[in-house]
Amino acid sequence: MLDYLVSIVLTAGIYAIFALGLNLQWGYAGLLNFGHVSFMALGAYTTVLLGMHGVPLPLAVLAGMLLAGASGAFLGMATLRLREDYLAIVTIGFSEIIRFLLLNWSSLTKGSFGLFGYPRPGENLVGAMDYNLFLACLVIGVLALVYALLELLARSPWGRVLKSIRDDEAVSMALGKNSFYYKVQCLALGSAIAALSGSLLAFYLQYINPNNFLPLETFYAWIMVILGGSGNNRGTILGAFLLWGFFSGTRFLEGYLSFSPSATSAARMVIIGLILIGLMMFRPQGLLGDKEELAIGR
Amino acid sequence: MAGEILLVREVNKGFGGILALDRCSIAVDQGEIVGLIGPNGAGKSTLFDIISGFVQPDAGSIAFRGEEIVGLPAHRIARMGLVRTFQIPRALMRMTVLENMMLGAQGQTGERAIASLIRRHRVEDEESRIRKKAEEILKFFDLLPMKDHYGGSLSGGQKKMLEMARALMADPRLLLLDEPFAGVNPALADRLIQQIKILKEKGLTIMIIEHAIPYVIALCDELYVLNKGRVLAHGRPEEVIADRRVFEAYLGEADDAQS
Repeated sequence: MLDYLVSIVLTAGIYAIFALGLNLQWGYAGLLNFGHVSFMALGAYTTVLLGMHGVPLPLAVLAGMLLAGASGAFLGMATLRLREDYLAIVTIGFSEIIRFLLLNWSSLTKGSFGLFGYPRPGENLVGAMDYNLFLACLVIGVLALVYALLELLARSPWGRVLKSIRDDEAVSMALGKNSFYYKVQCLALGSAIAALSGSLLAFYLQYINPNNFLPLETFYAWIMVILGGSGNNRGTILGAFLLWGFFSGTRFLEGYLSFSPSATSAARMVIIGLILIGLMMFRPQGLLGDKEELAIGR
Repeated sequence: MAGEILLVREVNKGFGGILALDRCSIAVDQGEIVGLIGPNGAGKSTLFDIISGFVQPDAGSIAFRGEEIVGLPAHRIARMGLVRTFQIPRALMRMTVLENMMLGAQGQTGERAIASLIRRHRVEDEESRIRKKAEEILKFFDLLPMKDHYGGSLSGGQKKMLEMARALMADPRLLLLDEPFAGVNPALADRLIQQIKILKEKGLTIMIIEHAIPYVIALCDELYVLNKGRVLAHGRPEEVIADRRVFEAYLGEADDAQS
C-alpha cells in the first residue's frame, strides 16, 4: 500500500512540475504551447545519455534544461512574431519531430528499443527497496523549489508584465514593454522546467523510450492546468494530483468490471472529458481559480 | 523658444487601394495641446498608430525630440516618452486597477526576471515608490476607491480614466489621447478637462483626437483637421472651426451617410 502511495506521489509530483512549466506559459503569458512534451523528452534523453557517458547527474540534468530552454527560445523567436496560434501549430509539430528523431536516431537513442540501465541519483546511498521513497522525497523537494520560484516570479514586476501580455499585448507595448522578449523568456523557462520533470521521470521509470512522450502527455498537462485554474500554481499542482489520483483509483475498479482493459482506459478518458465539460460549464475558472477574475469583461 | 517636440512629415499609408493618410504633415510644439479632428475614416487613429509605432507608414518621416522614430518598435518609442492611449479603452481585465497602474512605470529593476529574484530589497523599494505614485495619480482621477477591483469590472468611463492614468505612470513627454471623452459622462468630462489643463501646466505636451468640438475648443492651443487622409486645415481652434471647408467636410460625411 505504501508502495502504491509512493508511486502516485512520484507520478503526480513529476507531472505537477511538468504542468507548472505549462502554467507559466499559458496561465501567466497566454502562450499556446501544444508541444510541451517535447521538452520533457529532451530533458529525459539528455540526462540519460550524458549520465551513461559518465557525466555527473546534476550536470546532466542541467544540460537537459539548457537544451530544452534553448529550443523553447528558438521556437519562440521563429514564431512569436506571427499570429498567436502559429505557436500552437509549430510546437505540436516540434513535439512530433523530436519523438520521431528519438525513434529513428538508433545509434544514439536505440530507437523504440529504448534506454535502460542508466545511472540514477543516490543509487549507491539508498537501497533498492527504499529507492522509490527516496526519489519521491526528491521529487517533492524539486516540486517545492519550482513552485517557490514560480510564485516569486509571478508576484514580481516581471510576472506583472507577463500578465499584461496575456490580457492585452498592445497595452504592454504601449507602456514600453518588449513583449516579444518576455514571451521568449517565458517559453525558455517553461521548457527548462519541463526538461527537469523529464529527467525525474527517467529516474523513476528506469527505462525510457520515445513512446513515453506522445502528444497525449502534453494534453494531460493542459488538463491539470485547466482543472486547477489557469494562472494558479497551487491549482496546477492540485490538478496533477487529482488527475493521477483518478487514474490510479480507477485502476482498482478494473477487477470488478467486465470491460476489457482497453475499454476501461477509454472509459477513463471519457469520464475525464465529461468532468472537464462539467467544469467549464459550472466552474470555468477551475478549482482554485478566481471567479471574479474570470466573470468580468470579455 | 519651445520648439517642436513632434514633427510628422509627408506620411503616407495605404490599406489595399485606399489611402488612409495622404502626405500628412503635422507639427506639435512643446508644451501645447494639439487637437486632431475630422470625420470618421479621416485617418486620425491611423496617424496615432503610426506615430506610436504600432503601424508602419509607407513613406514619410516622423521626428520625436529631433530623433527619427519611423521603424522603431512600439515599446522603444514608448520608452522615449511618447505614450499613447487607445480609442477603445484597453483595461487589463484580469489585473487589478493598481496592477494596471504599476505596470506603467518605466525602468523597473524587477521587470528583469533574475533581478526580481536576487535584488529583492531594491525591487521592494521601487515597488513601494511606484505604488505610492500610482495611488496619487488614481486619486487625481477619482479612481482610488477602485484600486483593488479588476480592470474588467470598471465602467466604460472609468476604463477611459484608467487608460489615461496608466499612461501618466510612464512619465510621458508627449501624450497621445485617442477620444478621451468618449463614454465619459459630462460631469466627469468637466473634471477631465481640468485635469488635462493641470497636466499641461506641468509641462506635458498632449495630442488629442476628439469628436466633441466644445471640449476641443476648451482645451486645444492648435487644431488640425484631417479629411480623407489629408490635412484640410490647421490653426487656432476658433479659426479652424469657422473655416467653410471644415464645415463642408463634416457635412459631406452627413450626405454620404444619407445616400
